[in-house]
Amino acid sequence: MWPLIGIAVIILGFALRFNPLLVVVVAALASGIAAGMNPLAVVAAFGKAFNANRYVSAPWIILPVIGLLERAGLRERARDLIAGTAAATTGRILIVYLLLRQATAALGLTTIAGHAQTVRPLLAPMVDAAATRADPAISEAGRQKIRAMAAATDNVGVFFGEDIFLAVASILLIKGFLETNGIVVAPLQLSVWAIPTAVAAFLVHGFRLWRLDRR
Amino acid sequence: MIGLNFLYLIAGVLFGGWSLLTFADRSHPQRFGSAAFWGLLAVSFLAGDALGDLGNGVLVLVLVAIAGTGNLARGTAPTSSDADREASAARHRNRLFVPALIVPAVALVGTFLFKHITIAGAPLVDPKQVTLVSLGLGMLVATAVILIWLRPPVAAPLHEGRRLAEAIGWPIILPQMLASLGAVFAAAGVGQIVGGIAGQIIPDGSVFLAVLAFTLGMAVFTMVMGNAFAAFPVMMAAVGLPVLVGTLHGDPVIVAAVGMLSGFCGTLLTPMAANFNVVPAVLLELDDRNAVIKAQVATAIPLFVFNTLLIWGFAF
Repeated sequence: MWPLIGIAVIILGFALRFNPLLVVVVAALASGIAAGMNPLAVVAAFGKAFNANRYVSAPWIILPVIGLLERAGLRERARDLIAGTAAATTGRILIVYLLLRQATAALGLTTIAGHAQTVRPLLAPMVDAAATRADPAISEAGRQKIRAMAAATDNVGVFFGEDIFLAVASILLIKGFLETNGIVVAPLQLSVWAIPTAVAAFLVHGFRLWRLDRR
Repeated sequence: MIGLNFLYLIAGVLFGGWSLLTFADRSHPQRFGSAAFWGLLAVSFLAGDALGDLGNGVLVLVLVAIAGTGNLARGTAPTSSDADREASAARHRNRLFVPALIVPAVALVGTFLFKHITIAGAPLVDPKQVTLVSLGLGMLVATAVILIWLRPPVAAPLHEGRRLAEAIGWPIILPQMLASLGAVFAAAGVGQIVGGIAGQIIPDGSVFLAVLAFTLGMAVFTMVMGNAFAAFPVMMAAVGLPVLVGTLHGDPVIVAAVGMLSGFCGTLLTPMAANFNVVPAVLLELDDRNAVIKAQVATAIPLFVFNTLLIWGFAF
């Protein structure tokens, strides 16, 4: 039971708003030591995993391109484009984005959009402009809520689109796990069963987005 | 063969450049700490394999010490003024979207094309890393196009990258840190213990309650680990295979596929999934670090119920 202490550290540390990086390291040390590992061995295990997981941070190389585009006024242009298109309401923009994100993720194209690539430079200024046109007196808190919804829409789209693609990591993980347990399945069988939830995700989240315009 | 090392080289050069620019910025509020933070990340990307496990571990501890003691801060990287941006937006209009689409376009073409390019029988690009390598290539092409077309100062890519990296701050490495924590948790046997507990509390006789225990276990364990991939093998081994497939004769395809999607519902609800839930709150300048999670609750819970019913209705 004692190795679970790391989970308690995480929950407490996040709840008490300590610096999350610090919380993560303390949690790793707590669980590792509780499991009977030498503290130096825990640090080494963490370092090994940190080095092996560098690919998680590698997509930040996109930042110079996003910064250059912002410098050239991309966010202002995205805002102006929407401000001048009466049909482009907050809800409609996000519904179209949700559909595109799900459809491209279903084709395996998960990295073509994302919070740094598309939400910050394009989607957020667009929904900001649409919300401000609909309600010129909108509060800063209201605008932040709309931007949070833009990020949420990106997440929902990619999570519930990607599993329709055969070669995505989660499908391969499932296939590999079942195979080591003596159950052989084709990736297609698994990805077919991602479709009902993908449709449900579009309907549920799309309905919430549609309601954004009704308020 | 071109693989992750190509990306790590770009990342190392960028982080190194940001470190030097920070160090050279005498007006920076935390000049030395911030330069050290970005510099250590450059070392990790360029020479991480040569540092050894303990060396990398010490590097992480120093990174955390810098960030945890408030020695990482935002400077003022040179960029264009608001008036410049308005003027540029008015002048270039929709043509500004073209370079923004280069990255996804190159990623798209590269993903399909690189799989078929071989040199002397060996693939040109590591087949497992095709999308990430294509992303790196797209970034280089887009940068080149912008430099040639809009003629910003030659150092602008580095300055602009630094501006955004500093705006993000320490959350920039949180996803990588959490992935590493998952590896330590695995070594400490956390997964087996959680799976064992879940396996013990399953009530006998009720198919619905057994399914609910499985999907709830997937969602909750995903929230703790920040990643459905970590939860899946644990919950499948503890409940999915022995109870749902073994005792109750459920269809393993539906149990596994929809079980994973139940985990994804948990991903929408946890700050541990930092790159999806915390990083965008920073990128979009939201005051509430949990604002994105709050926006996702009303989507995640109905989908969780849907997934549970889907397994219950179709797997048996």
